[in-house]
Amino acid sequence: MDALINKRIKQVLKGDKDAFAEIVDLYQHRLFQVCFRMLGNRHEAEDIAQEAFVRAFINIHTYDQKRKFSTWLYRIATNLCIDRIRKKKPDFYLDAEVKGTEGLDMYSQIAAADELPEEEIMKLELQDRIQYEISRLPDKYRSAIVLKYMEELSLQEISEILELPLGTVKTRIHRGREFLRKQLSRQPNFL
Amino acid sequence: MNACPERIVHLMHEYLDGEISREHELELKSHLQSCVDCQAHMHELSDVVAFVKGAAHVEAPTNFSQNVMARLPKEKSHAGVSRWLRRHPILTAAALFFLFMSSALFSNFHEEQQFSFTKQENVLVEGETVIIPEGQVVKGDLVVRNGDVRIDGELDGNLTVINGSKYMASTAVITGKTEEINEVFDWLWFHIKDGAKEVVSFFDKEETK
Repeated sequence: MDALINKRIKQVLKGDKDAFAEIVDLYQHRLFQVCFRMLGNRHEAEDIAQEAFVRAFINIHTYDQKRKFSTWLYRIATNLCIDRIRKKKPDFYLDAEVKGTEGLDMYSQIAAADELPEEEIMKLELQDRIQYEISRLPDKYRSAIVLKYMEELSLQEISEILELPLGTVKTRIHRGREFLRKQLSRQPNFL
Repeated sequence: MNACPERIVHLMHEYLDGEISREHELELKSHLQSCVDCQAHMHELSDVVAFVKGAAHVEAPTNFSQNVMARLPKEKSHAGVSRWLRRHPILTAAALFFLFMSSALFSNFHEEQQFSFTKQENVLVEGETVIIPEGQVVKGDLVVRNGDVRIDGELDGNLTVINGSKYMASTAVITGKTEEINEVFDWLWFHIKDGAKEVVSFFDKEETK
């Protein structure tokens, strides 16, 4: 797989644009899934995932072939998603820390979806409910949880994608799990 | 549950990360057996993991690939060149080197438009013509630049004429080599040969020492 990818990348570097189509085919579902889970909306997810591939194509000469291609691609996509999330609601004191969250500022809070009334939540189908709960996570925890449980990546890989120390990734996943636990325990019939 | 140390919750997460040591696992298990609240906490966390893992795989829309390919920037005509330069740094350096070298040579060629010649005894100059008069013997090499040369007498050495012509009378004698250089490339070749000769003579001198 990696050998094939590196071969295609060399072709792209030589100017063979069509070789890039194969790269897109191989990674499109994984990249789209991350974007969808991060953004919670298919239309935006498609836009951002496409943009991620375009950026990868333009900057392909900066990719270090000794490293894993998927890590590099995931990094481009998660960065674009986080940028998109932060642009959504600009009018807060974004740097102000939120009480009791240790290092979480408004940047991470505004990402969270608007809360639905309890009876609405009850009506959600399981898959919609999962997406709703994920979208309620602050984006710092969300990226780590999505990469860990939906993309099923190792902690080491997540740390490389997010460019964070391994310890920080673990902390974010732990807090993400606790956050979800508190949310879900409010509707006891689910757990 | 609040009475239980934070450490237990930390162990739960270690366990969920699959990175718990044997000792820590035993510590966690023995605690859970005696503490109902922590048991509940552990259950809830496991359920969270199961819940999140229950998310269905999401597939990209059908025309995703084609749409990406359509969005790729059109290659500009010079992009091929810049990519080539990026991929062949040594050739690029060599090409630049030759560019500068040749431009230096060409500009020299045009700067040296003035009439000049090697100072030798017994040589006459009329306008831009160097004359070795009849019956005279010039010893040594003669180089004439941007002018003509007329030989009626004898030249005991090499004659080089750059951007000019030589006229030889029937009485003329040249013991060395004669060269006429009129084109840029001849001139370049002359420079190269000259340089090589100098190098050779340098080594000869070294040897005679």
